Amino acid sequence: MPLNNYIGFFRILFTLVLAMCLRIAPLEGDWALLNPDWVLLALIYWALNLPDRVGIFHAWIFGLLTDVLLGRLLGQYALAYALIIYICLKLHKRLRQFPFLQQGLFIFFCLLLSQLLLFFIKNLQHPAQLQASFWLPVITGTLAWPLVYGLLSFVSLFRRIK
Amino acid sequence: MRTTLSILVDPLKYLVSLPTSLVEQATDSATSYSALKAENEHLREDQLIHQARLLKFAALEKENIRLRALLENSFKLGEQVLVAELLSVNMAPYEHILVVNKGTRFGVHPQQPVLDANGVVGQVFRALPFTSEIMLITDPNHAIPVQVNRNGLLTIAVGSGQLNRLILPFLPSNADIKPGDLLITSGLGGTFPQGYPVAVVDEFTAQPNKAFATITATPKALLDRNRELMIVWSKSVPVPLISKPTGSEEGMPDATK
Repeated sequence: MPLNNYIGFFRILFTLVLAMCLRIAPLEGDWALLNPDWVLLALIYWALNLPDRVGIFHAWIFGLLTDVLLGRLLGQYALAYALIIYICLKLHKRLRQFPFLQQGLFIFFCLLLSQLLLFFIKNLQHPAQLQASFWLPVITGTLAWPLVYGLLSFVSLFRRIK
Repeated sequence: MRTTLSILVDPLKYLVSLPTSLVEQATDSATSYSALKAENEHLREDQLIHQARLLKFAALEKENIRLRALLENSFKLGEQVLVAELLSVNMAPYEHILVVNKGTRFGVHPQQPVLDANGVVGQVFRALPFTSEIMLITDPNHAIPVQVNRNGLLTIAVGSGQLNRLILPFLPSNADIKPGDLLITSGLGGTFPQGYPVAVVDEFTAQPNKAFATITATPKALLDRNRELMIVWSKSVPVPLISKPTGSEEGMPDATK
């Protein structure tokens, strides 16, 4: 069992690192505005499916790393991710029973809440400089959810992580 | 804290920009012999022209030194540059921040000016061990003290959030400025060394009912097409110029390295 545990751990770590790479992917011009928050999507997936493996602490750590990665104020993503993952952990039993569309709606609100928190923090620093395109990743993130879900369930089922 | 964590995270930036640099290297090595030869010839011609210009520049600089010595205004600041390459990563699409592959390991520190071959690009915003973040002059949070090259009019150019646009919000409607004027750094504020081209004024609209005119300018630097940038060290200790009045070779301040 410990070996399997380690493999599972590295697999989760690998997907999160991949998500961080996607987060800073060099997209041309306006496409960059659409780049969704892959790290949060991956964290939500793992929190819903393996709630005993991925918790608030992991979310906080990866939030902090994302802050450094994106050069943000240290702790803003940590806060947002920890909060979202807390909600996901609280609701994961119910959410797993939901139909896919309803789950998508939940993901939408999760992403919206995270973006809202980031918006408040950003506004405290430099008021009123964000354009409407700031909110686009929420929509693209929701659209990307089936993709993330499919990919990560393939990863977790490939050799079942317990 | 950020420095320590960046050691964990910075390899990802290199990893992400790897495909782009690989493609670039591949196209470089796949360039045909004739194309290379043509480019080489072109560069050699350029080099010749620049060298000739530099000769003239050296003479002018000597003259300038002599004149300054006469005025007893006896120092000039020397500068040193480091070439840094852009990492193709995208950190915050709504901010104009670039990542380059030189960090505190190379002695880079925050607030250093960054230039390219055409003009001022921006300043170092945050220096991490392996990478540093550069805020462009067009970032909405950036302002750069400038001077109109034609008449020395001082003002401040503020970033607009668009890559090809700077705004000069603090000039009255009767200011002596017109489209086509070159804006250079004024050296006020101490961050940017004096005399580098920043932008060209492209629009001047007097607003009779308001205190200030709306003036926009286009940056000289190719902000979105550059891969190599120069990080500049301005020597804060003045280099005395009139130590050798005869003007031998050492009398020249080492402008670049």
